[in-house]
Amino acid sequence: MTDVAVAQPTASQERSVGLWTDAFRRMRRSPSAIIGGAIIVFFVLVALLAPFIAPYDPTRGDLGASYLPPGPEHWFGTNVQGQDVFSRIVFGSRLTLGIAVMSVTIGVSIGAVLGALAGFFRGWIDAVIMRSVDIMLSIPGLLLAIAVVSWLGRGVLQVAIAIAVVNVPIFARILRGSLLALRDADYVVAARSVGVGGPSLLVRHMLPNAIGPLIVQATLALATAVVDAAALGFLGLGPPDPRTPEWGTMLSDTYRYLTDAVHLAFFPGIAIVLAVLGFNLLGDGMREAIDPRLRR
Amino acid sequence: MTRFIIRRLLLLIPILLGLTLLIFVFTRLLPGDPATTLLGERATPENIARVRESLGLDRPLFEQYLQYMGGLLQGDLGRSFITNRDVVDDFLQRFPATIELSVTAMLFAVVVGIPLGMLTAKRRGTWVDSAGTVMSLIGISIPIFFLGLMLKWLFAIQFPILPGSGRIDLVDYYFPSVTNFMTIDALLAGEPGGFVDALLHLVLPGLALGTIPLAVIMRITRASVVDVLNEDYVRTAHAKGLREPVVDGRHILRNALLPVVTVIGLQTGLLLGGAILTETIFAWAGVGRWIYEAVVARDYQIIQSGVLMLALIFVLVNLVVDVSYAFLNPRIRYS
Repeated sequence: MTDVAVAQPTASQERSVGLWTDAFRRMRRSPSAIIGGAIIVFFVLVALLAPFIAPYDPTRGDLGASYLPPGPEHWFGTNVQGQDVFSRIVFGSRLTLGIAVMSVTIGVSIGAVLGALAGFFRGWIDAVIMRSVDIMLSIPGLLLAIAVVSWLGRGVLQVAIAIAVVNVPIFARILRGSLLALRDADYVVAARSVGVGGPSLLVRHMLPNAIGPLIVQATLALATAVVDAAALGFLGLGPPDPRTPEWGTMLSDTYRYLTDAVHLAFFPGIAIVLAVLGFNLLGDGMREAIDPRLRR
Repeated sequence: MTRFIIRRLLLLIPILLGLTLLIFVFTRLLPGDPATTLLGERATPENIARVRESLGLDRPLFEQYLQYMGGLLQGDLGRSFITNRDVVDDFLQRFPATIELSVTAMLFAVVVGIPLGMLTAKRRGTWVDSAGTVMSLIGISIPIFFLGLMLKWLFAIQFPILPGSGRIDLVDYYFPSVTNFMTIDALLAGEPGGFVDALLHLVLPGLALGTIPLAVIMRITRASVVDVLNEDYVRTAHAKGLREPVVDGRHILRNALLPVVTVIGLQTGLLLGGAILTETIFAWAGVGRWIYEAVVARDYQIIQSGVLMLALIFVLVNLVVDVSYAFLNPRIRYS
């Protein structure tokens, strides 16, 4: 009897956990979130421990050992300068993750502010912001990123900013959409009717409920950021120092050597695919955990 | 309906105006100067000043913009600062190459993606579904340029069964460019062999460019068919004894197609961006590569007009998508 009496409150407590605890618990049961998360943790560890993992200096070449195929000395072979491809991929994970996180942070911050302004204040602010968003979205993303890099110059930060610029209108639109959907929610009307208004209504009542889709999109944007950064590198618009081990830059020009040295394209490419896959899986798992419509 | 289309077209005007302004200001922000690019590093200041004057670059920005807009309204997009070729001519010559490539990619994505999405939805929970989900996830995660490189290596180098660069075999086939669509020009010239060769040249770049849209379309089709599968009218259709293909096509797919069409429209923008990468790998003389080279060379006139035309195509495709909703779903009425 006492056991039951003690057990009941815990059960009811569990039912009333917050949205985030609930979402997190469901994420732990989602296979895609677990696999995705594991891949990302793996890359983060590789990035952090790069000096201990990489057998060679990623920037030092040995012209006597260029174009070596994969072997016991160089697991993933060497490139035209005789640099060790494996070490370059290991160190490249720092750049790739760094650019991805930086660009999404910048993009979310600016996009969220614009989206919140548009969705909360409506009126002419909304009109101006959303028309600008439409204009930006009418330019193909990669083209916009190329344009921004050619304006700001080449470099890690510049690449991150370029990708952020592509993402800003997407984030703005998503947050505005969720805010609009909440406008007539009971608790928002209730808060407004007891006199809560302005920033307090937005920050305390609406944003916490509108931010879910934004977080999901941010995770998925990490995946596209990895691809976009690599695409810019592939086109020769990555960091200017050719010794920099950036994954996309490693792939650029390889289409000229495909016949003799396909490993130069293969290994960095697989690294990109894995990182993108990781963020995509994690984003999918998050979406299923956060979006109530997908609950089964 | 007509009123809806007209209103949407009118709404495009401010967007396009904003776009011209944005692109114009942007090209002027680019570091470097086309006059210096043209004359090289050792040009004298006098020569640079003379070239700037002849290009109209010495006039106030406002005046330059008005002049550009004036030309635009008369269908004059100016000349390339570097080659002095008419931008419209260049665009018309290269655009068909990009259309051929994009249409091939989209056809591949739709023709394979929708049936696969349908199949995985109907077999959900089985190994077919899991395999499909994993495949589409990998498809979404492969960068176009990496896929392009691998396809080229596998099918053009390791097992040379398909051409890996260019639009046609220039040694075997030569015919005049009429439409600049290689496939159509071959037929016009009465060269069936050239037509087949042009199609073969489309296979690898089309696969590379079409894989991401394929994966996206497959996912959306699956999700949207799953939503429809349990509807009463589907059960009724089955109960009436309608054959499976009829139920699939007329009852399920027709109702599930709306989100799929939206995604097809949105993917067009990605195709135009992805064309830059695909065209680089497969030496495809299209618009993407043209604009990319213009950005690198600071050829203002090409950047301004090329980006504007691509953007125009993108917004028009999405307008067509919006209008097609009404045809797909009679419950939607635009007023």
